[in-house]
This record gives sequence, structure tokens and C-alpha cells, in this order.
Amino acid sequence: MVSFLRFLINGISLGSVYAIIALGYTMVYGIAKMLNFAHGDVIMVGAYIAYCSMQYLGMPAIVSVLAAMLVCTAMGIIIEGLAYRPLRSAPKLAVLITAIGVSYFLQNSALLIWSSNPKVFPSVFDVGAFRAFGGELMITSETILTIVANIVIMIALTTFTGKTKVGKAMRAVSEDRGAAQLMGINVNRTISITFAIGSALAAIAGVLLCSAYPTLQPTTGSMPGIKAFTAAVFGGIGSIPGAMIGGLMLGVIEILGKAYISTELGDAIVFAVLIIVLLFKPAGLLGKPVNEKV
Amino acid sequence: MKIKKNTVQNVITYLIVIAAFVLCQWLISSGRMTRSLKGQMIPICVYVVMAISLNLVVGISGELSLGHAGFMSIGAFSGAIASAWLLGGFHMENEGIRLLLSMIVGGVFAGIAGVLIGVPVLRLRGDYLAIVTLAFGEIIRNVLNCLYFSLDGSRLHVSFNNPNIPGTILVNGPAGATGIVKIATFTAGFVLILFTLLVVLNLVNSRSGRAIMATRDNRIAAEAMGINVTKYKMMAFVTAAVLAGMAGALYGLNFSAVTASKFKFDTSILVLVFVVLGGIGNIRGSIIAATLLTVLPELLRAFSDYRMLVYAIVLILVMLATNNPSMRSLYARFLPKDKTPAPAKGGTET
Amino acid sequence: MEIGKKRQNTKMVPAPSQGIIPERDLYSSPVLECRHLGIEFGGLKAVEDFNLVIGKTEIAGLIGPNGAGKTTVFNLLTKVYQPTMGTILLNGHDLNALNTVQASALGLARTFQNIRLFGNMTVEDNVRIGLHNQVKYGMFSGIFRLPGYWKGEKEQHEKAMELLSLFEMQDMAGAKAGSLPYGAQRRLEIVRALATNPSLLPLDEPAAGMNPHETEDLMSKIITIRDTFKIAVMLIEHDMNLVMGICEGICVLNYGRIIAKGTPNEIQSNPVVIEAYLGKRKEAQ
Repeated sequence: MVSFLRFLINGISLGSVYAIIALGYTMVYGIAKMLNFAHGDVIMVGAYIAYCSMQYLGMPAIVSVLAAMLVCTAMGIIIEGLAYRPLRSAPKLAVLITAIGVSYFLQNSALLIWSSNPKVFPSVFDVGAFRAFGGELMITSETILTIVANIVIMIALTTFTGKTKVGKAMRAVSEDRGAAQLMGINVNRTISITFAIGSALAAIAGVLLCSAYPTLQPTTGSMPGIKAFTAAVFGGIGSIPGAMIGGLMLGVIEILGKAYISTELGDAIVFAVLIIVLLFKPAGLLGKPVNEKV
Repeated sequence: MKIKKNTVQNVITYLIVIAAFVLCQWLISSGRMTRSLKGQMIPICVYVVMAISLNLVVGISGELSLGHAGFMSIGAFSGAIASAWLLGGFHMENEGIRLLLSMIVGGVFAGIAGVLIGVPVLRLRGDYLAIVTLAFGEIIRNVLNCLYFSLDGSRLHVSFNNPNIPGTILVNGPAGATGIVKIATFTAGFVLILFTLLVVLNLVNSRSGRAIMATRDNRIAAEAMGINVTKYKMMAFVTAAVLAGMAGALYGLNFSAVTASKFKFDTSILVLVFVVLGGIGNIRGSIIAATLLTVLPELLRAFSDYRMLVYAIVLILVMLATNNPSMRSLYARFLPKDKTPAPAKGGTET
Repeated sequence: MEIGKKRQNTKMVPAPSQGIIPERDLYSSPVLECRHLGIEFGGLKAVEDFNLVIGKTEIAGLIGPNGAGKTTVFNLLTKVYQPTMGTILLNGHDLNALNTVQASALGLARTFQNIRLFGNMTVEDNVRIGLHNQVKYGMFSGIFRLPGYWKGEKEQHEKAMELLSLFEMQDMAGAKAGSLPYGAQRRLEIVRALATNPSLLPLDEPAAGMNPHETEDLMSKIITIRDTFKIAVMLIEHDMNLVMGICEGICVLNYGRIIAKGTPNEIQSNPVVIEAYLGKRKEAQ
């Protein structure tokens, strides 16, 4: 029972990281209608920046995270402006391939700068662990922090998109880009802001991910990126609460599956659940089905 | 006349492939080809077949598949097992026939997987379909990592997650298929390309092919004309899976050992890149793109460490150059109207 | 004309009903019969209690103000939407629980208000898609160029050309369907629908975007089609010259309900119809 609880909490923690990454995916998809395959690599860059800041510059964790967010935000805006904006009216697949190109670019740049040797990510927020059941159940401070961060980000984003002017502009652009433009919304700027937010979240996710799984390599971001993308689809791509639920469920399923069914098949179980969900809810858990007008 | 124009185009495609093969054979026999490039010949054939078959799904049938490498891996594993079994169990010494049979086995198993995966996948649309093909690709890789095969005399043993089976191990879980006798040849690769071209080009220019394209162009109108959309999407998907399985078998039999991690999501993406760069729905473009991009890292050796970076930049620049509206209107000014590079059409329904 | 041959496999079930105008009903059984047909979208009744009978070789018009539910009726007939109420009988076959493909096999082929051609394919290939279930050969015949392929292709080509000749479109056979002028695209949609050998041809605004000359031509073509193929035509149209000129029976829809049925003359003088189109005299003041 205690071990189940431990797995569950680990799952929620991992799921929180997925959820934060998935939020970036889902926001970009909702607004730019593109699958940003480079998103996972932004995570990796964020983690490297935080690592360098802590390891080489000796900065405190908070400053390092902020630095990572800053760099990733700038990077997100630059990538969007240089690689994706010129293809705004191009077919979806062309943009997808460009995103894959950006992903290769980031991975190989990281390879040249930081080499392929794995870096051991330092513990970021070690303020002891929370223990229960006579010490049998130990929850690290990173786990708690990850979960708290997820909740805070979730509330902040929901408020942002619901209440602020920019947030409303985002929703308008995602609903109907043409109409939003006619209403005087600067579509390009709105998309830039979305990429900025998504990339900043990716930086946070990168630090949290590497705190829990402390090996950092140029390919660190790709698998969590794909999983988070899966989580976004799982919850209904384009939906912010969907990304949250999708991420959490995916994390829990992955950890429980690995613990109780098969370590080797952990990923297969995650993907199998995704497929089953999509068969019954073809637009994800919270997604709206789109019907073509005849 | 349209039919004649198509036929001419197809003949040109066949001629290009044959000419390239003859040229390469000459370069090899006269010793003008470097060793590393010679080693690339079979992989090039494999990737050309992969790209053509994926183009059948993405370009002709209009569904974005991100799991094509999964079928390739099934072909590689079943082909390797079949080859070892034919040699060990039936003493089939003739390598040519063994290669042919192994490729057929690879194609059949990949085709069966294609049917099993196609049934759920093709009920979905657009990006959801894409993500599910990705998921299936990953599932196949995970499952292959848990499979163990061994040959005991002429008996084949299979087990899941249990390496203790009698006889010589053929497939060793995460270590993959081992001890493969390398029987793949460049000529076999060339023949496979011709076969793939025959299947895909003839299918496209037939009743079934037109039905497949109709479901891509307008699903609702196709249904109203009495076309069973799922059946024809399935036909394209499974045909592509069979061809990918055959290519996979050839690929597997070109190495002494093959692991499932060679067929990761990245491989599927790589093949998709060939298809998109070559022009979606453009078979000849797929062949050229697959060849160039497989050779490109070799050619970029001068850049040594920077070559993958250069590769990424080339990829992005080519996409920007061919798909940016202002660049396209620039081409239109200099080139005759029908010669502008084909726009990459959205593979997903818009 | 071979393509004009009546379909033989459809069972004729006598039904005790008549066309919109009884005396036009040349045969004892109607081609289409709708009883209490309706559909709800989340509580909104888009079409309600739709009763209609169309006789063989009848040209029927379905008119009404914008948003009256005309296209929804077509979508119900062709099973793009599944009706939530009522029955559709096509040549006596209940269409309940059938899908679009099965409805097409029973002899229903439509055109679309927003043209839905296969734009990247040639004009001839578009017609060949219509012939998909008329001239058949298998996938393997196609791939390996077996005799079935050559025979089937020849037959498809001949039939496609014959059908295209109806609208004098043979010369365009090799052109991309998407590149045709608007009027030609509408005509091609009709040809494509005819290729499926239907017994009822629902046309959704066939004259939309056509100039008066083209419309005139279309009117005579519709009559020719009816006479050659001996099929019933049902059309939605806003061009009253066309509707009043060729329809034998007219059904007026407003807010999802039938408000009037009758001959063109009856409809033109029907006060309810005038009110639906022009509003009440008092309001106009």
C-alpha cells in the first residue's frame, strides 16, 4: 500500500513535468495550428542553461531557473520568427518538417557546445524530504516542488488566457485567425507571445525534469517531448486543462505500468492507453470534435 | 492526352532508376567508388523504398504517418529470422532464393501488422491519426525489445521476456537480432525499388488508386460517390506496410546484427523528411530526395563535427525556400508556370 | 444508350403514395418517400416532420429562404446526417441505419452546394470515380496490369466520355477539375453524380454562380437527363426562373418545416409562401 502510494506520487510528479511541457505544445498547437517538434529540445536547452549557470557561474538555483527561462523565451521568439513565421500560410506538413529541422539543429548545436557526455544535474532544491508511515514513504522536496509548480502554472495560465487582454487575443486567434486579424488583433505578435510562454514553461520543465532524472544529454528532451505531445493529444490538443489532465494521467500510468506490469513495456503501455482513449474519444479527453460542414 | 503524359513520366522514372543502377555498378566495378559510399548502396535502396511507400500513405492517401519505421523493423526482424530458419532448418544454401523468401516473409508480417494497426488508426483523422501511428511505432519497438527467438535444429522457439530458450539465439531481446548471415545485395535492392515502383505507380493509375486519391481530395464527395473510404485508406496503408517490411528485411540482412533501437521514431521522421522534400505525392522526388539525403552526411564529411548541424540548416533552408509564398512567387517569375516546385500539400485534412 | 439503362437489381415495392402532383406519377411506386423525417441538433429541430414523395422521372424543386433546412434535407437523404426521426424509402428500401456509401449503392447521387470535386484530379478521372461501382476490377488487376485492368479502363474511358458528351465537355477531359471555370465545375459535378447510375439525383443549387445563358442551358440539360436516364431529379435552387420553368412539383421549406407543396402555379400564388419570402405586408410598411 505504501509502495503504491509512493509510485502514485512519483507518477504525479513525473506527470506534472509532462503537463508543463504539454502546456507548451497545446498552446502552440491551439494558436499556430502546428506540431512544434522542437519543443522537446527547448527543454534540453533550458536544462543546460540552468546547469551551466549553477555549475560554472555558481548562481543560486532560482537565478539559474530565471536565466534558463530568459534564454529559452528569447530562443522561442527567434525560432518562431526565423523558421515558422515565413511559413505561416504554407501547408502544415512543410511547417512540421521545418520544426523537425529546428529540432535537429538544437540537438546538434547542444552536441557541439556541451558534447554528448552526460552531465550530472545538481540537486536544485534540496531542503530535505518529507517522510510518512514511519519513514517508509519518502517524498523528496523536488517531487513536492514539481507538483506545486504545476498547480501554480496551471492557475496562472488559466487566469492569463481568461482574464487578460493578451490572453483573450490568444483565444481569439486560436478560434479563427482571420476573424481575429479583422478585429485588429496583431496575429504575429500573439503567436510570438505564445511561443515565448511555451518556451519559458519548457525551461521550467527542463529544470524540474533534470532534478528528478539527473542525467543531462543533448537527446534528453526528445523522449519527454514526445510523451508530453502524447499527453497533449490525450487530453485533447488545444485545451489547457486537457494538457494538465493528460500529462498527469500519462505520468501516473507510466510509473504504475513500469512498477506493476513490466519495466520494458512501460512506454508501450502509455502509448496503448493513448490509442484506446483516442478510439473512444477521437478528439482526446477534453477536445472538441470538429465536424465538417457539408 | 493525360494517360500518355502519365505513362511517359513513369517511364522516365524507371529509366532514371535503371541508369543510376548501371552507373553505380560501373563505378563499383571500376573501383571508382569509395568504400564508405559503397556501403551506403543497400541503405540507399532501402530508404528509397521506404520513401516511396510512405509517399503512398502521405501523398496519395493523404494521411500523415509517423510510425513507418515500425513496419521496417518488423520486416527486418522477421526477415532475419526467416533467413536463419531457412538456412538452419531447411538447409537452403542458395542466397538469392533465401533473400527473396525472407523479404516476402518480412513483407507479409509487416502487412499483417499494417492490417492490425490500420483498423483502429484509420478511424481517426488528421493529427490524431499521426500521433497514433507514432504511438504504434513506439509500441512495436518496445515489444521487439522483449522478444526472444531461437533455432533448435529446425524448430523455432519464441518467448516473451524470457531469454532461456533452447538452441541458438536468433533474436536476443534488447540486443536485437544477432548472428545474421549478410546476404543482402545491391542488385536485390535495385530489383526491390523496381518492384516498389511497379506496385505504387500502377496502383495510383488504376481504379483503386483513383479511389484512394478521391478519399484524400474530398472524403465526403468520395463517400457520396459510393467509395468505401476506410477500405481504400486501408489498401494504401497496408500496401505501404508490406513494401516497408520488404525494405526492412533487406536492411536487416545487410548487417550482422540489428537492434530495435535502429527503428526509432527518428527513422520514421527521416523517411518523412525524404517524402516532404521530394514533394508530397511525387514518387520520383521521393527517390531523389532519399538518395541525396542518405548520401549527404557522407558528402558533408568535410564539415566533420558540424555535418549534422549543416544537415539541419540545409533542411530548414530548403523548406523555407520551397514553401515561403514570396519565394514561390519569385520562382514563378523565372520558371514556366507548370515547372514551379510542387508545393508540399497538407497531408492531413484541412 | 447503354448508360441510360434502368438499374435492374432494385426491388420495386409498391407503396400507397403518390408524387407531389398525383397526375405526374407515371409509375405506381415512387422513387423517394420521406415520412415524418426530422433531425435535431442538440435540441434544435433543423428539419421536422418532412413528408415528401417523388415519383419516377419527376423533377421536384425544394425551395425556401436561407437557413430553412434545404441542404439539411439533402444531407439526411444521402445519410451524411443520420435522421433522429422518421423514415426514408428509396425505391422502397428503408435507408434507416445505412451510411452514405450504402445509400449511393441504392441509387442516390448528389451534387454539393459548395462544389466538392476532386480538384487535383482530371475531369475524366472525376467521372471515373463516379463510375467506381459501375465498372469494377480488382486491386491486383490494377497493379499487375492483368486483362481485367485493360478491359475495365477501356470501358471506364468510353463511359466517361459518353457522359461528358452530355454537357459537351469531352475536350476538357484531360484538364484538372480544380482549374475549370465555375459553371463547368457545377456541370462536372452533375456528370460525376450521373456516372453512379442513380435513380434519384439531388442537385444542390446547380445554377448558383451561372450566368442567365448558362442557366438556360442547364434547364434544358436537366430535362434531357431526366428523359435519357429516366430518373427523378430533386433540386434546391434560388433561381426562380429555373425552378418555375422545369419543376413539376415544388416543396417549400421554412424553419425546417414544409409550408407548402404544389405545382409551380400553385406555389407562386400561395400567400404563405409569399409571406415566407417577402415578410408580411404590414411589416413591409
